[in-house]
Amino acid sequence: MTRTALSILCLMTGVLWGQVSFDRILAAGSEPQNWLTYSGSTMSQRYTTLNQITPQNVKNLELQWMFQARSLEKFEATPLVVDGILYTVQAPNNVVALDAVTGRVFWTYAYVPAWEARPCCGQVNRGLAILGDTLFMGTIDAHLIALDAKSGKPIWNVAVAKAEAGYALTHAPLVIRDKVIVGTAGGEYGIRGFIAAYDVKTGKEDWRFYTIPGKGEPGNETWKGDSWQHGGASVWMTGSYDPALNLTYWGIGNPGPDWNGDERDGDNLYSDCVVALDPDSGKLKWYFQFTPHDTLDYDSVQVPVLADMQWQGQQRKVMLWANRNGFYYVLDRTTGKFLTGKPFSTVNWAKGLDESGRPMRVSGMEPTADGAQIYPGVQGATNWYSPSYSPRTGLFYIPTWDKYSSVFVKVPTEYTEGRRYVGTSPRSVVALQGAAVNQRKEDEGYGAVRAIDPKTGQQKWEFKMLDVTDAGVLTTSTDVLFSGGREGYFYALDARSGELLWKANVGGGVASGPISYAVNGRQYISVTAGNSLLVYALKQ
Amino acid sequence: MYRVRLALAALLIVIPLAAQHSYTPADIEDGGKLFRTNCVFCHGPEGTLVDGVDLGHGKFRRASTEDGVIRIIQDGIPGTAMPPNKLTDFQAGTILAYLHEAATSGRTALPNGDAARGKLIFEGQGGCAGCHRVYGAGSRVGPDLSDIGALRRVAEIERSILDPNDEVLPQNRYYRVTTKSGETITGRLLNEDSFSIQLLDTKERLLSLQRTELRSAGFLNESPMPSYRDKLSQAERDDLVTYLASLKGF
Repeated sequence: MTRTALSILCLMTGVLWGQVSFDRILAAGSEPQNWLTYSGSTMSQRYTTLNQITPQNVKNLELQWMFQARSLEKFEATPLVVDGILYTVQAPNNVVALDAVTGRVFWTYAYVPAWEARPCCGQVNRGLAILGDTLFMGTIDAHLIALDAKSGKPIWNVAVAKAEAGYALTHAPLVIRDKVIVGTAGGEYGIRGFIAAYDVKTGKEDWRFYTIPGKGEPGNETWKGDSWQHGGASVWMTGSYDPALNLTYWGIGNPGPDWNGDERDGDNLYSDCVVALDPDSGKLKWYFQFTPHDTLDYDSVQVPVLADMQWQGQQRKVMLWANRNGFYYVLDRTTGKFLTGKPFSTVNWAKGLDESGRPMRVSGMEPTADGAQIYPGVQGATNWYSPSYSPRTGLFYIPTWDKYSSVFVKVPTEYTEGRRYVGTSPRSVVALQGAAVNQRKEDEGYGAVRAIDPKTGQQKWEFKMLDVTDAGVLTTSTDVLFSGGREGYFYALDARSGELLWKANVGGGVASGPISYAVNGRQYISVTAGNSLLVYALKQ
Repeated sequence: MYRVRLALAALLIVIPLAAQHSYTPADIEDGGKLFRTNCVFCHGPEGTLVDGVDLGHGKFRRASTEDGVIRIIQDGIPGTAMPPNKLTDFQAGTILAYLHEAATSGRTALPNGDAARGKLIFEGQGGCAGCHRVYGAGSRVGPDLSDIGALRRVAEIERSILDPNDEVLPQNRYYRVTTKSGETITGRLLNEDSFSIQLLDTKERLLSLQRTELRSAGFLNESPMPSYRDKLSQAERDDLVTYLASLKGF
């Protein structure tokens, strides 16, 4: 895109100023100066058509401003940008509106979660949704809050679930028409997970889809006895939406207790599945289970990346999915049919996938009393870190952990409301506790951005890091890829070759997905690192 | 949690520490680190400095089960010098596993040496100060030994002198790089990432090197420290070990 084209787009935003209609969200690609939903569009490709920053000039990026959060938690939120205003969440649940050009704060909405809140893995939040002039945020004490985007004043606040039972909301909500949709975290506390839709005006619950079927419902038979009541199957990452099919797709977390499946014989539907729901009714249209009867905590909460591509000679609507369990999958997103799959990282718990996409388990590769060393380890071959799909390069980009394992140990466990319900905890095979940098060993594994051909799963290139990564990936229509890692670098790669083009020492681990936006014809790149949000643009 | 067998001996309670466990060597290594960080300054490296307690042999005054020991590690003992420690059950368990390992891997009583003579050997004949530092004197290239007597067991100190390659702690490994111009630099690795390496070299220079400028980089497998088995007599080694064991830090 030229500077002129950018200017025209910015003029257009003047017309649209202030009201983010659902049509605008659906057509987010036509106004790339804004970032209107968690992954940039309901297709969740984390891809921008802004084209001011190129492989040739990316070395001229410089820091424009930074926002230092008053929080020591990981900064996992992806911001929204609407017509020059950047909205983000300072962990755990303070919403901040900033001038996207200068970083000056317009307002802060401070929310104090109930002390009963007990998210398993940090008091984090991953972002917001917007519709009209209303922002939506889930909280770690399992509330859903609507805020006035101009003033930061609360409009409504509803309790989605009981925080004291371990429920929490950590992901950015998804707006579909007049509903805001969220799912519940808490898979380590014996919750019964669900996805629910709320009226955007009133906060009234419209429908609820339990991620574990109740007694008498199809799928309940995949749980032994009453284990379904506390089987986890949480939701903690934002889903996607295909308007043509009118289906919304959500990844579902692990069954509980995480590492002891003795009392929950069966496939444990719909844990570790992707579910396709009718957003108007919450009815299940199809599901695909990646890891039946999971005992390795391989949550399938990854962002469902939707793409339209030629598949064996015909145009096909597909879903690309690099799973925490180490396998890459392509599904037909109309039907849920498994099209292809193969490992994208080191895997020893399954020898492959059968024709239906079901993993062929390796005997003994499950938690035991003495421990079993299993690849990928408990953090997975990837995790919640946003992947990216570039329609230009045709490549799928995965934040990856490779050569990484854990020793999985199983002990008996009993459910008590609000207490962890996991059946022990996996351990690293090497000393990680307080490990100094020169104590790292090869078998701790490493982090990488991997580019694969989505049709075959074949790796095209890899950008290898010394340490592992929690960073998402952003790609641009100029074939620049942005990502980072725990080492505290934010960097740009050539999306076609993986060549390093630029890097900045950002002083803290990158634990979010970068975004791009534009104001007054100037393209910006934003990312969080450590406790700060940083914004870059080309030198002027 | 592990099943516990109890045996009472006199006024002390003896617990077979971590007798039934599934700790990996790495877990035990972690437990040793936690012990050295949190416990060793009061209990000593052998775990015998507190009256009536012998951590290495599972002798305690107030706990009768492993769970009880773990609770004490976590909660401390109010009104005593034993503070609470923010450790998980598993982390506390690794400390017990380390102690069990230490107790069963052989212990050595402090040799009947002379610390003053040992200091002279350290600074003179032994050449130890050429690499090691004690109380601000000596080289920074090797590990600082100012508190070695508080951190390491006598058996471990003795083993390091006789067979330095038997156990080279990961943090004490030497690192060597070769630049594209052919220069070889050796030293202690202070930091590294995907793009750069930070070293204290043998000339005590702080160096930051870009990986793109290097031909090779990596840890050395061997310790640069020689064995003193044939360099010092038994009596001299006893003096040296006695001196090192007396170093408790500033």
